Amino acid sequence: MRMVVRDEMSGWREILYFMFRNRKFLIGLTIILIFVGLALIGPYIVKYRPLEYSGPMGSPPSKEHWLGTTTFGQDVFSQLVYGLRSSFAVGIVGGGLATFIGLAIGFIAGYRGGLFDEIAMMFTNIMMVIPTLALLIIIAAYLPYRGIFIESVIIGLTAWPWTARAVRAQTLSLKTREFVNLARISGMKSVRIVVEEIMPNMMSYVFMVFILQFGGAILAAVGLDFIGLGPTKGISIGLMMQNAVLWNAIQLRMWWWAVPPGAVITLIVGALYFMNTGMDEVFNPKLREM
Amino acid sequence: MIEVLKIEDLKIYYQTLKGEVKAVDGISFELKKGEILGIAGESGCGKSTFGNSLVLLKPPMKYVGGKVKLENEEVPVWDFEKMKEYRYKKISIIPQYAMDAMNPIKKIGKMIKDIMEDRNIEYEKIENRLKERLHLVNLPLNVLNMYPIELSGGMKQRVVMVIATLLNPSVLIADEITSALDVSTQKAVAKMLVKFKDEGYVKSVIFITHDVSILYQIADSMVIMYAGKIVERGKTEEIINNPIHPYTKLLISSLPEVGVKHSEKPLEGIPGQPPALLDPPKGCRFKDRCPVSMKICEEEPPYIQIKENRWVACWQEVKKHA
Amino acid sequence: MRKYLTRKVLIYLLTFIFAVTIDWLIPRFMPGNPIVVLLSRFRGLPQAREVMRSYLMQAFGLDQPLWKQYISFWSALFRGDLGTSIYMYPQPVLKILKEAVPYDLGLLLPSIILSWIAGNTLGAVAARRRRLDNIMLPTMYFLSATPYLWLGILLAWIFGVVLGIFPIAGAYSFSMEPSWSWAFIWDFLHHWILPFLSLFIVMLGGWAIGMRNMVIYELEANYARYLEALGVSTRLIRRYAFRNAILPQVTGLALQLGGIVAGALTTEIVFSYPGIGYILMQAILNQDYFLIQGCFLFIILGVLLANFFIDIVYVILDPRIRYAYGGEG
Repeated sequence: MRMVVRDEMSGWREILYFMFRNRKFLIGLTIILIFVGLALIGPYIVKYRPLEYSGPMGSPPSKEHWLGTTTFGQDVFSQLVYGLRSSFAVGIVGGGLATFIGLAIGFIAGYRGGLFDEIAMMFTNIMMVIPTLALLIIIAAYLPYRGIFIESVIIGLTAWPWTARAVRAQTLSLKTREFVNLARISGMKSVRIVVEEIMPNMMSYVFMVFILQFGGAILAAVGLDFIGLGPTKGISIGLMMQNAVLWNAIQLRMWWWAVPPGAVITLIVGALYFMNTGMDEVFNPKLREM
Repeated sequence: MIEVLKIEDLKIYYQTLKGEVKAVDGISFELKKGEILGIAGESGCGKSTFGNSLVLLKPPMKYVGGKVKLENEEVPVWDFEKMKEYRYKKISIIPQYAMDAMNPIKKIGKMIKDIMEDRNIEYEKIENRLKERLHLVNLPLNVLNMYPIELSGGMKQRVVMVIATLLNPSVLIADEITSALDVSTQKAVAKMLVKFKDEGYVKSVIFITHDVSILYQIADSMVIMYAGKIVERGKTEEIINNPIHPYTKLLISSLPEVGVKHSEKPLEGIPGQPPALLDPPKGCRFKDRCPVSMKICEEEPPYIQIKENRWVACWQEVKKHA
Repeated sequence: MRKYLTRKVLIYLLTFIFAVTIDWLIPRFMPGNPIVVLLSRFRGLPQAREVMRSYLMQAFGLDQPLWKQYISFWSALFRGDLGTSIYMYPQPVLKILKEAVPYDLGLLLPSIILSWIAGNTLGAVAARRRRLDNIMLPTMYFLSATPYLWLGILLAWIFGVVLGIFPIAGAYSFSMEPSWSWAFIWDFLHHWILPFLSLFIVMLGGWAIGMRNMVIYELEANYARYLEALGVSTRLIRRYAFRNAILPQVTGLALQLGGIVAGALTTEIVFSYPGIGYILMQAILNQDYFLIQGCFLFIILGVLLANFFIDIVYVILDPRIRYAYGGEG
């Protein structure tokens, strides 16, 4: 059954119009922006350095220390702000890397097919089965000094398989569409076809994939840091929670140390999922009618 | 000859975010018993919308006006629940997506049994008929034991044909059933359809397609639709050999003739695009592409009967028969 | 069917070899000498150092050519020799891990199965009830976005400390000895419930959302549309859609395994639950490389076995695979 109205969603302006009217997208975006803002201006508004022994040990939230202090008298709020920065950094670098690798492998495998496709898919399947955590354990455990950058790279190198699979599927379906065949018949070179015909149609998809990878990387870093495989220096959200648990913050009723960091992560990742669903509704008009 | 189906000024619009798309904007015709009526037109002219509206009228489609009469009884197409009694039993459809119309993880026979049971029909009573029909379309009986993935496109189409006609409906709607097939399979499928009609399995057929040449083979009469309206209607042979409406003329002449070389008589397409139906232009909807449009075409031409079994909606004809 | 499973087994075998090779490779190509790092712990005990040094040299086999090291690594693996734990010296790694596995299974199996069933049901219902969907969807999104460990912390805080209903450490009380008595079982469940819930609730969110989307997708598929055109009741259509939607949820389970295992590990740490996760953290804190390696191998093996099991279940559910790989009969 064909709609008589020609779908004019190809215009970017239309897309942006609907996107900024989509409730889910807006709510998600707002939450993210709040935290990004906090991460950016945070260092300028906190009074103490995160690892500095700046206050009474284990004290609850007060005017001086908005989220109280740790067992050692460190300001929880500044730890949170700096931890947020490292979380976002890992999200961007790790998530970006994973998206990039997934895109590259997925595109080429999907478009070219043949032997490359077979090998790439076998490799992807193997990497997919091995839990990211397991690989991260082995790699991170043997690196004596670990920084945020290395952590992001490791996460990026292990989180790409599902993206590659998904991108490949999309490429395959686009490959057989009329406009691509048209381009091929009219003699366009493969690279040009990929860049000019296939990619623009996937732009929206790629963006959504990145959002998910971004969230995934943040969660992975929290888990890694919590187990003890995170950066050896500095502070991160996962590290905060690890310390809190190791030093019995829960039993000692220091909820301000253990609970807020995780709450922040939940809000951020949840907001990302929301944004993603909102975008999906915008790009796939059918879902909007729900 | 009894009238099986009568359509009176039927209007079906689509409700979209931008407004109402007037996909089917007042069409009228009759369908007689034993008749195969072809509906032809470009993509987007409303023919598929019309076909589907008779069986499955649900949002974003909405009923705006007009009457549908089946064997002189009015059919409540706007009432989704009441239509259940008509669906499949009286009006049935072979959909455009026939190759996709079966549940991929159910054996075909099991699916048919489930459908029969759901519609309160005893499977045992219909089993023989099912097997006969399968035989008629040259499908082996063990097809019932297979999954859709095991069949070729043509086979799936034939299975759906058998399923759609299993309850001997009064009206069978065939929605672009040949569009995805190669030419020889097209012919075979079209012939099967005619056979079904001849054997009385279906009382009448509405054959929707953009391919006029197929209609020439099997349709008794034809309706040409453009931009939601009927522009011409009549016996197939008369329309093909003597098209009257300018659109029909262009449609027929854009068909390649066997034996004629391109150098001798180049194929003419019809330049331009049909109008968007969100806000259709006033007057004749074809006027912007029409080679003989006049000033009066700014006003909508009446749909008039110019002789027995021949209707046209064109000012040229109005002038002639004034 | 056999062809399909054989193919899968081969891939898993390949994956196992790949993983083990990485496991063997990484320590040897990382900057720094692991032995030096390990030995630094024994700085103040020269005699112990020498014992450790010769043991470690032998254990790592660094005095042999690379390919020999690789072979001996594999042969040790087959013998079941995963080395000796350093921080729990002289307990063999295999013994430590074997004792930890039942606790993991005790947490993972019930939480996965129950959350899968409950989540899918919830998702399927939400797909057809607009009002429920509007409430459920945002909730489930945030649930699935919750790090398992944080939910653990939250539950421990609320139910363990504030309300004091449940204990928050260990698998059973210090005072109890494992036995089949009601007292012990009750005590065990008491300790089990909070870590179980942390896993269950987060996973529930994920399944619910997935199933809801799948059901909506299936309800809009062409076969569903045709059934409607044939006047079939909504009940049958829903039944078909549900059955079709379950399939990707099964594969989804396989894909999520990595994350679920990671979640279980961190949850165990929060509750000091004596599973592999807890052991792993201790191993990392104490730089016990053999124990870390052992954990890695156990995790890999577990995930591969689980994947294989899920593949079998999937083949039973989806007839198309059987056909694509070689016909029904």
